[in-house]
Amino acid sequence: MKDVLRATITTSSLSEPPKRASNKVLIRPQMNFMIREHGARAIRLTTPLLIACAARSAWGDVPQQVPSIFAPESTPADSIFHLSLFVLAITGGIFVVVAGLLTWALIRYRARGDDTSEPAQIYGSTQVELAWTVVPILIVVVLFLTTARIIFAIQDAPKPKSALDVTVVAHQFWWEFRYPKLGIVTANELHVPVGSATFLHLLSADVMHSFWVPQLAGKTDVIPNHPNETWIEPQRPGLYLGQCAQFCGIEHAKMLLRVYVDTPTQFAAWVKDQQQAGAQYPQVAAGRQIFETHACTNCHAITGTAATGRFGPDLTHLASRATIASGAVPNNPENLREWIKDPDHFKEGVLMPAMQLDDHEIDELVAYLDSLH
Amino acid sequence: MADQTLPIAGALDLTPIHHRPRPLVEWLHDWVITVDHKRLGILYIVYSLFFLLVAGVEAICIRIQLAVPNNHFLPPEVFNRFFTMHGTTMVFLVGMPILFGFANYLVPLMIGARDMAFPRLNAFSFWLTAFGGILLYYSFIGGFGLYGMGNAPDVGWFAYAPLTEKPFSVGHPVDYWALALILSGFGTLGTAINIIATTLSMRCRGMTLLRMPLFVWLMLVVSGMTLVTITPLTAAQVMLLIDRYLGGHFFDAQAGGSAVIWAHFFWIFGHPEVYILVLPAFAIENEIVPVFARKAIFGYPAMVAASVGIAFVSMGVWAHHMFTIGMTSVSNTFFVLSTMLVSIPTGIKIFNWLATLWGGKIRFTVPMLFAIAFLFQFLIAGLTGIMLAVAPWDWQLHNSYFLIAHFHYVLVGAIVMNIFAGIYYWYPKATGRMLNETLGKWHFWIFVIGFHITFDTMHFVGFLGMPRQIYTYEPDRGWGHLNMIISIGGFIQAIAVLIFAWNLIYSYRKGKAAGNDPWDAWTLEWSTPSPPPVYNFAADPVVNSRRPLWDLKHPEDPDWKYEA
Amino acid sequence: MLSLIIGECGIFTIFVVAYIYYIGKDLSGPTPQQVLDIPIFNTVCLLSSSVTIWLAERQIDRGKMKSFAALWGLTIALGIIFIVGTGFEWHKLIFQDGLTIRTNLFGTTFYSLVGLHATHVVVGLIGLILILLFTLTGHVNETHSERIQVWALYWHFVDAVWIVVFTVVYIVGR
Repeated sequence: MKDVLRATITTSSLSEPPKRASNKVLIRPQMNFMIREHGARAIRLTTPLLIACAARSAWGDVPQQVPSIFAPESTPADSIFHLSLFVLAITGGIFVVVAGLLTWALIRYRARGDDTSEPAQIYGSTQVELAWTVVPILIVVVLFLTTARIIFAIQDAPKPKSALDVTVVAHQFWWEFRYPKLGIVTANELHVPVGSATFLHLLSADVMHSFWVPQLAGKTDVIPNHPNETWIEPQRPGLYLGQCAQFCGIEHAKMLLRVYVDTPTQFAAWVKDQQQAGAQYPQVAAGRQIFETHACTNCHAITGTAATGRFGPDLTHLASRATIASGAVPNNPENLREWIKDPDHFKEGVLMPAMQLDDHEIDELVAYLDSLH
Repeated sequence: MADQTLPIAGALDLTPIHHRPRPLVEWLHDWVITVDHKRLGILYIVYSLFFLLVAGVEAICIRIQLAVPNNHFLPPEVFNRFFTMHGTTMVFLVGMPILFGFANYLVPLMIGARDMAFPRLNAFSFWLTAFGGILLYYSFIGGFGLYGMGNAPDVGWFAYAPLTEKPFSVGHPVDYWALALILSGFGTLGTAINIIATTLSMRCRGMTLLRMPLFVWLMLVVSGMTLVTITPLTAAQVMLLIDRYLGGHFFDAQAGGSAVIWAHFFWIFGHPEVYILVLPAFAIENEIVPVFARKAIFGYPAMVAASVGIAFVSMGVWAHHMFTIGMTSVSNTFFVLSTMLVSIPTGIKIFNWLATLWGGKIRFTVPMLFAIAFLFQFLIAGLTGIMLAVAPWDWQLHNSYFLIAHFHYVLVGAIVMNIFAGIYYWYPKATGRMLNETLGKWHFWIFVIGFHITFDTMHFVGFLGMPRQIYTYEPDRGWGHLNMIISIGGFIQAIAVLIFAWNLIYSYRKGKAAGNDPWDAWTLEWSTPSPPPVYNFAADPVVNSRRPLWDLKHPEDPDWKYEA
Repeated sequence: MLSLIIGECGIFTIFVVAYIYYIGKDLSGPTPQQVLDIPIFNTVCLLSSSVTIWLAERQIDRGKMKSFAALWGLTIALGIIFIVGTGFEWHKLIFQDGLTIRTNLFGTTFYSLVGLHATHVVVGLIGLILILLFTLTGHVNETHSERIQVWALYWHFVDAVWIVVFTVVYIVGR
């Protein structure tokens, strides 16, 4: 229960001005502070509702990592957040005025008692109608100009020289991450440095997907034969969750995304580690033998071995990842064993086939995979 | 006052039809071969109420599955079929047929005609639509049969390519989807052509275009839109079938085809489709609000202009469904503007309804309760629509549960509410009996409470980052409690719908007699007996104003004096 | 009928848009420049059939059934020449140039668009032939003029679409 409350408190503390990153590579036009003030009030109105809902939770004992769009930790998500507060304030105002008038009319003009006489018939009024045409037009103009500014600020943001490039290749139902300048290939768990921009080049190997990590940026679809680009500039280290947001087939729900925002030192260490070839310990040579002589190599790659498959995730540093099956389950020997034995158990309809190995072979194989740090 | 026989041609010397007991087969045969617009209208409405129940059951299954994280109530492939079928059914087998059902029943009565312009085409269209629906549902038992839910479509109701192409969608689910919709699409086209021809050429004497009830106006606009929006869908589906069966490459990314163009084609249909569904809801609102506020509709010409305006603008906004697809910043900006423009005529409509209530003497009957709930809910739906039109925010909200909440506010909060309102309002006309008012109020309050529990909560779970069309979610995302609330609301709505179904059956047998004009209304259909005879009007009526029955009831102060 | 034609315009628009969108996006040949010849004779036939059907309409208005039948028959003949011409064109494309609907994007879009139009020509022809048969058996007279005009309107539409298809496929697309 406490954890749920903590999660919602994160949401409620949003009204504080977000921390700016010290690294000012990107300078972006910010919404003025008056707008922020107004919007923050609107969000304060909605948070009690959220807390009320959360208080009834039956799943309070699970540690929460809520990917709320109102807890931005990166530049595009942050400017969207402020725009959204502005829009919420305007629409909230419209709602209060119109719904108030409606309620008043309903109470004031209800039929009373046995009065069966007809009220005065009014057919229209040009002045009044003109007035309520012009006012919405003015509101639309304001909203449109604000929106247009943010569209251009985010979509046409210049790419800084220091930006990290990552190519994201979406597959049914997992994510491949390639760092072309660093020579790293990994899957499902993206590592980026804090405080500087990362530009993501989005490609799809099969059908349409969508890349969405709510706390970092809005979503961008990942489309075959139609490369897209998006960028993030995270301002606080941590783990941010997301998932595929465009229906892509049977296991769309379990095409999860984890983005680790590392401090510069952590990131450098991670890069160094990932650039190594796959570990080769003599104790697990038997497992490696099994891996290399079975169909595993058709789809999976491990640098430094005969396995060069491209249909499935690169396993060179499998043990350095926290999850398997695209974020579906934690990466531990028990889950790995179950996964190899029967992939459908965790992800029904996943494209990986059950490998038909006996228990001893699976043990050896798991031991090998678990050594791939 | 309510039951007086009005001295208008058509209402004279007519006793209600006597129902003599007849063999069931003969009765069924009569319904199958009928070309009477009223019977076809009822067939349409019964057909869509049936599918409303079916899609409701699918929705309940979906909600049970999502009530708790990592649930195993439905396997993923069944879940995917259910949400695809739920969406497709609600739009194509419930929304459109029921609204065309209302149009079929009411347009000829309201314009003082004896039938539609092409009665046989009308029957043909209905049966095309009906068989389209049956074909779609046959997919559940086709293929591998009920085991594994057969070949029911499982690609989402917008069926984005290339997931629908042969390599990614084996079997026939996509084929059922495309063929059934092409079939029912032709039925819809036939009806639309029929409605246009009827309103343009079958109006009674004195019924100028600007004296038509707003209901008829809106149905005319909707039919016009149908002509130019159903056809792109048909064309795109033909292309899809060419790809799947003749080896074409329209949407085949491996051969240079484009997934984006399917999205364009689909939404060129898909967005105006929303207006095709919502304008008839406005049409019903336009009839009910004035009658129960006891005032003429405020700003009739502006209402007509706003409807036509919405129709035109809605053709140019489709890509607001595609802000995340990677368009240039300039085209994104264009579609933000065009989308926001829609809010202006829509706002005019809401203000005009408000002004109609203003200074009236409002009677809170069941149809009026639904019509009022519509006003509030449609206001919210419009405002969340503006939020989604703000492209950068849409990058966050698109395909999240916020989007689901928004369009259910439109489709349930606005359209289904008005369908209920319309049924409570015209049921007496079609059957000769009133629907039970007490059951109706239970239905209304339970449904509205359930609706708000479900769909208000959905907005928040969308803010927390939950995407649509996922069959399960992890417990650590913090969505569990909210989803449980949503599911509970779903059950409450289901109870309300059951009360409604019971009311329909109960009142058909035991409801109190309605008389010609139970609501003291003003349009021509209330001058005929309930139910109206096959020929509607014994003699062709003649009208002088927009509210012919008002003129009759208030000869001292008739409308035509004030209409320019 | 006018409503139907508006609806049909919707279908054609989508196919035309798809064709234009995919011009030059092929990953493999043959390209339109290599294989398409401009079917001028066909086009002239189809367009002149619009003129003959218009003349026929005028004849039936004046009650001259014989010349109506003759002009109506001429229209049908021109339509058939068009269809046969398209047949020869497709035969050449398939057997000489190896272009089928599954070859590449050009094949897919070309056969669908031209095929869609040809289907409409065939439907139009069936209607025209039925009317001719009724005329020859004496079931059509000047009281039917309005109904005849409705079908003629459809034929004009089919011709007008050809102008669009021709421009897109044989002029812009090459």
